[in-house]
Parts: sequence; structure tokens; C-alpha cells
Amino acid sequence: MKTFKLGGVHPEENKISANKVIEVLPLPKQACVPVTQHLGAPSTIVVEKGATVKVGQLLAKSEGFIGANTHSPFSGKVSKIDTIIDTSGYRRPAVFIDVEDDEWDESIDRSSDIRYEINLSRLEIIDRIKTMGIVGLGGATFPSHVKLMVPEGKKAMVLIINGVECEPYLTSDHRLMLERGEEMMIGVSILMKALEVNKAIIGIENNKPDAINHLKSLCSKFNGIEICPLKVKYPQGAEKQLIKAAVNREVPSGKLPIEVGCVVNNAGTAFAVYEAVQKNKPLIERVITVTGKSVKKSCNLMARIGTSVSELIDFAGGLPEDTGKVISGGPMMGKALNVLDIPVMKGTSGILIMTQKESKRVVVQNCIRCGKCITVCPMGLEPYKLAQLSEIENYEMSESEKVLDCIECGSCQFTCPAGRPLLDYVRLGKYEVGQIIRNRTKK
Amino acid sequence: MFHVHYFRDSGKLLNLPVTFLNTDYEYLKENSVNEIVLYAVISLGLIGVFAAVVLYIVAQKFKVIEDPKIDEVTDLLPGANCGGCGFAGCRNFAEAIVKADSLENLSCPVGGASVMTQIGPVIGVEAIIGEPKIAVVRCNGSRAKAAPKTQYEGAKSCQFVHNLFSGESGCPHGCLGLGDCAFSCKFDAIYIDEITGLPVVSNEKCVACGACVKACPRSIIELRYKGKKDRRIFVSCVNKEKGVLSKKNCEVACIGCGKCVKTCPYEAITLENNLAYINDEKCKLCRKCVEVCPTSAIVELNFPPRKEKAEASTEAIEA
Repeated sequence: MKTFKLGGVHPEENKISANKVIEVLPLPKQACVPVTQHLGAPSTIVVEKGATVKVGQLLAKSEGFIGANTHSPFSGKVSKIDTIIDTSGYRRPAVFIDVEDDEWDESIDRSSDIRYEINLSRLEIIDRIKTMGIVGLGGATFPSHVKLMVPEGKKAMVLIINGVECEPYLTSDHRLMLERGEEMMIGVSILMKALEVNKAIIGIENNKPDAINHLKSLCSKFNGIEICPLKVKYPQGAEKQLIKAAVNREVPSGKLPIEVGCVVNNAGTAFAVYEAVQKNKPLIERVITVTGKSVKKSCNLMARIGTSVSELIDFAGGLPEDTGKVISGGPMMGKALNVLDIPVMKGTSGILIMTQKESKRVVVQNCIRCGKCITVCPMGLEPYKLAQLSEIENYEMSESEKVLDCIECGSCQFTCPAGRPLLDYVRLGKYEVGQIIRNRTKK
Repeated sequence: MFHVHYFRDSGKLLNLPVTFLNTDYEYLKENSVNEIVLYAVISLGLIGVFAAVVLYIVAQKFKVIEDPKIDEVTDLLPGANCGGCGFAGCRNFAEAIVKADSLENLSCPVGGASVMTQIGPVIGVEAIIGEPKIAVVRCNGSRAKAAPKTQYEGAKSCQFVHNLFSGESGCPHGCLGLGDCAFSCKFDAIYIDEITGLPVVSNEKCVACGACVKACPRSIIELRYKGKKDRRIFVSCVNKEKGVLSKKNCEVACIGCGKCVKTCPYEAITLENNLAYINDEKCKLCRKCVEVCPTSAIVELNFPPRKEKAEASTEAIEA
């Protein structure tokens, strides 16, 4: 079975909620929709205080090429336009909505029947994806239409769909592939048309045999789509590692996947593309796993964007008493939250609750040069060295040691027997080197 | 085994045992050693003269004309190479001094007035002596006053934490207390107090080089005038959020109420983005603003304790 060669770790899988059917979260009374939920230029708000909005109405318009629109996931009244604390603890502009009823915009097709024929042309598809505010749902929230606009002189040869879900605990993509597999496959066909490729590979780790079998049985209906089961290894869901595993090509340092003729999209994104193109539905809801060993009712929820995280946790049986950490995302790359009253965003793939015992960090000891971090680094870097260079603030050398190639998967910190915060320092190095490069290009 | 020979006709100098391996023994026997030495001295001497001539010509051709004053000024400077003056090092600064017409905006923060007055006569201009400055930490959110809501256990780097999240107390502008400033200080003048978690600047050691100002990712540290008898008054907060929000995270945050602006008789205080700022050029250290501040965000340093009357009035305001 295929996998990537260099490095990688095997954290405990803990896919507790793998057998839980996706449930629809009841609508909250109040919601708060942050207007910039993607990578790139911030969006500008187009509604005013006191305005009544419908589900699917535009709230904020994207500025610039790399940007995404934000639509209202609720119907009701805009109570205020203010700021809200996001996952980082900093305040970001957001639209607060008092939810009334569930009135949808007329243009959205809410019927449950599946539409197979793709009537739109290539450019129309890309335009639709742009206006519907689709972003990469794997977590990085990169605007999807940008990926589909292949730069001149480059040619996409294969579309890779990321159904790997290599993060422990998370099961949202797994459930989506299993329950909405057919829609997702149509989404893949749409993406293939937009990219003008005739081959797509769906990479799935073999700890999800039910999803692999289900999609394999659907394959005969769709042309050019192939299922590629992969050996379980973290971080297989990272773009470059997945390309290496699925088609055995290596993306050069500092280049995009299009350099080797690949475009990678998440399984969740493919489903969102189906809904946007075939049903005219903007990205207003997504599947979120709420899980943890101490959680009473681990579940997969279809939640509207803008719902408070605390409501999700309440649905899953409330916050356990011995909670040490609440993480947005998976345990390896997710971010610990400092408040629970933050809204669900386009990039929130899961809410993970860890007990005090689990969340305790080990005591930091000295580096003993065992080299474990080097053996597990999937990018072939030397994390101990990069961390040390950041500690002594030698960022020129960090740059020549290719600190910018780091994908921040956290394998080095996971494996370090001395419990050193390697990734923290590597991230610092990445930031400082980015700053140096920006200053250099300015001059 | 090697054979050991002695030169019968050699001078005193070479009356030593010599081991010959492949040397032409016969040749050495026939020619006197003095002759060999003579040839060597003459040939090496000629090479030396030739090389000297080449070097001299090259040196003349590529001569860098440098002002001897630069060396003189460099000798006067402290040689700490701290970069506090804004130049790459002491020599770089000396070059700038010699080039410049006046000493305006050029000042060595480490050497201070005494060094600048010495440099003045060397380049033939009057030294302009500014008032001495000192680094001031504009955050008073200690662990007691801005209670931590979360616990951070990662890398000890303010810059990293600043990029990651708002900090343990939740204040997005407050001090993170991980000591980037202390690490950047070359004069050991700043350290993190373990109880309050805030940096403390030493009055004696700080030379106002500005390294900590650059190191702080939240621009909390500022260079301010040292003041008479080290007495200083400043707003110890940089939070630009609205009063309600900043008060949630910290007891001693500036809430932008503007009381101090109205009170100040010298118009030294300005209010911008919900934050008061005391201009240290205009401030006459009257301490009236300290009394009226409802959150005690304005801090006075090194003043003698107030008389009882004054204390009573502050209590009345608090009540």
C-alpha cells in the first residue's frame, strides 16, 4: 500500500466518533459571523446594522484576487457590527445576527435530490465557486477559486482529493464521504471540469475501510475518478506528502503543487463545490467533529458557521469537569482556545476536548541530540537545529536551512523525548524569516 | 641505519650533526657551505625587494583615503557595538560623526554627554547634549492585576506568543512577560520580576540604547526622559481597546475616560484611540493626573510619599 517515504509519526488514532451519523445542530438564538474567515485580503462588510438578512445573503464582499465572500448562515436581524475574539484571542470584525426563523434565499435549491449533469462551463464554475465563498475546508481556508486558476505556462494533469484525515480524533471528512459520497463525487467531477483534467485520485487512509468501499462502488458511475487507499501515517493529509503518496511526485522547495501538475482539494471542499455549483448554495455550514475521551456524546455535527463553540459542546453533553484544554482542530495541528464564546468558522474541522491529564506538557529538558526529530520530519528538515537558531536569533542561517519549507505538522515536537517546544521555535523562525524576506523585496 | 657525518671544513655555525638521506653529498663536499648561504641570502633578498616594490605600487594604487579623525573618534567611543545610536557599530557611528556637519541627532546613548563633549573638539563642532533618557515599561498588568485566564507552556518567546494568541491575561496589548526585552539587553539593565511577571528596568544600568524597544513585539517599552531625580510620570498602559473591553482583562488599564486630559494644566496629555499619552517634553511632573486616574493607570516613579491630605483626597475619589 502507498504512503510517503520521508519521516512521519503514528499518533494514537482515537477516532471515537467514526460511527456517529452526522446530526444537524439546532439553530442558535444569536450568532456572530466573522467576516474574514480565509487566508488573504480582509473582506468588507456590505450589510448595515438593523438590516434583515436571509440565509445565503451576502454579508461581506471579498477584496482583491485572494479573498472570499462571506454569506449569512442565518435569517434574522443584524443586531450590531462589532468585533469578536477569534481562535487567536485577538478581536476581528464580525456581524452579529439575532436569529429569527429559517428563511432561505429563493435562489438556493433546498431539495434533497441529487443533480448529476454539470451544465456550467469551466469559467462559470470558477466564478460560481468564487461568489459562493468556497475556501479550502481542510483547515488552511485558502480560497478555492485561486487554486483552480492555473497560472499560464503550467498545466494541471491530475486532481488529488484529500480524504486522508490523518489527524487523530477527527472524523468529519470520513462521515461526509460515507454519507454524502455521491454528492462529493459530483463535486470532484466539477473540479475536474474546472481544471480541465481527466484524472482524479481520492486518497483515503486505510483506517476508513467503509469509506473506501463505498466510494469504490460509486467509482463506476463517474469517469476518471480513482480511489487510492493509503497506509496510515501522519501527516499524510499535508498537500506535499499526499502528492508524494498518491502519484509519487515531489514538489520542489518553495513551489506550489501545480509545479508537478497536481492540484489538491479537500473532500469537504469537493462537497461544498457540489452544493455551490449544482444547488447554488454558499458555504454557510460544515461538518464538525466534537470529540474527546471525556466527552459524554462524541458526535459529528452539521453546524452553521457563526454558531458559538459552547453550543456545540453543550450538544455533545456539556463541558466535562476535568477539562484541561479545548482545541479547535485536531490534536496535532489544532489551536487551543482561551474562550469558548467564539464562533465556528469555515476552517473549524473539529472541537476536541482534552482532560487535564492529557493536556499536561512534559517538563522541558535539554536536547540530547538523539536525532529523532530529524527522522520523523516529513520535509527532511533538522528541527532541533532550526529551533536552536531561533533561540539565538540567527535567522539568516534559519533561512538557508530552509525553515520556510516547514509545514508545521508538529511531528518533531510529538516525538521529542526531551519535550522541547521545537515547533514553537520553528514557527517563530518562519515568521522572522518571512519578515526578513519581505523587507528585502521592499528595498 | 643512517650515517652521521661531520663537515670538516664547516664554520662554527654549522658544526652540528646532520642527517643526509638523499642529499647530494658529493656536491656539498666540493662547495663550501658559506657559498651556499651567500647565494641564498642574495636570491631571497632580491625576491624580497621585488615583492616590496610590487606591494608598494599596489598599495599606492588601491589606497583608501580615510580621515584619521575616524580612528580618534572610535577610540573615544565605548566600543560596546550595541547599535543604540542607530548605526551598525561604534566605528560605523564614528564615520557618520566625522562626515556630519553638526552633532544634531547623533548621540551615543551608552557614553552619554561626557563622551559626546569629548568628541565635539575632535571634529571641531559644539556637542549638543540631550537630556538623558531611560527605558520605561508601559504596562502594569501584573499577575495580580491582570489575572491569567489561560496557561501557556510553550516556547519562551514574546514574539512567538504575540503571533499565536492574545496572551494569558487576554489583553491583546499587554506585556507577555517572557523576557524578549531582557534577552535583548546588552547591559543587564532589564529583568523579569518573577512575582509580577513584568520587566523591571534598572535606573543605574539602563543606557537607553533602545534594544528592548525594538525587541518588544507589542511596543510596550518606550524611551522617555529620565527626569529630575529620576522622577517620572507616565501612562502605564498601551491598550487601544474600548474601556469596557480593556477593563475586563486588566484592573489597571487605561479606559480612555479623558479625566487626566482635562486635569493637566500644561496640555501635556493627549487622548487617542481610547488611550492617554503623556508627552514627556511638556510634563512638569505636577502629579495632578495621577490623582484623578480612576484605574490608577498613570504611574509615578521615585516620588517621595504624599502628604496625608493628598492621600485622603485620592481615597475620596476611589470611594
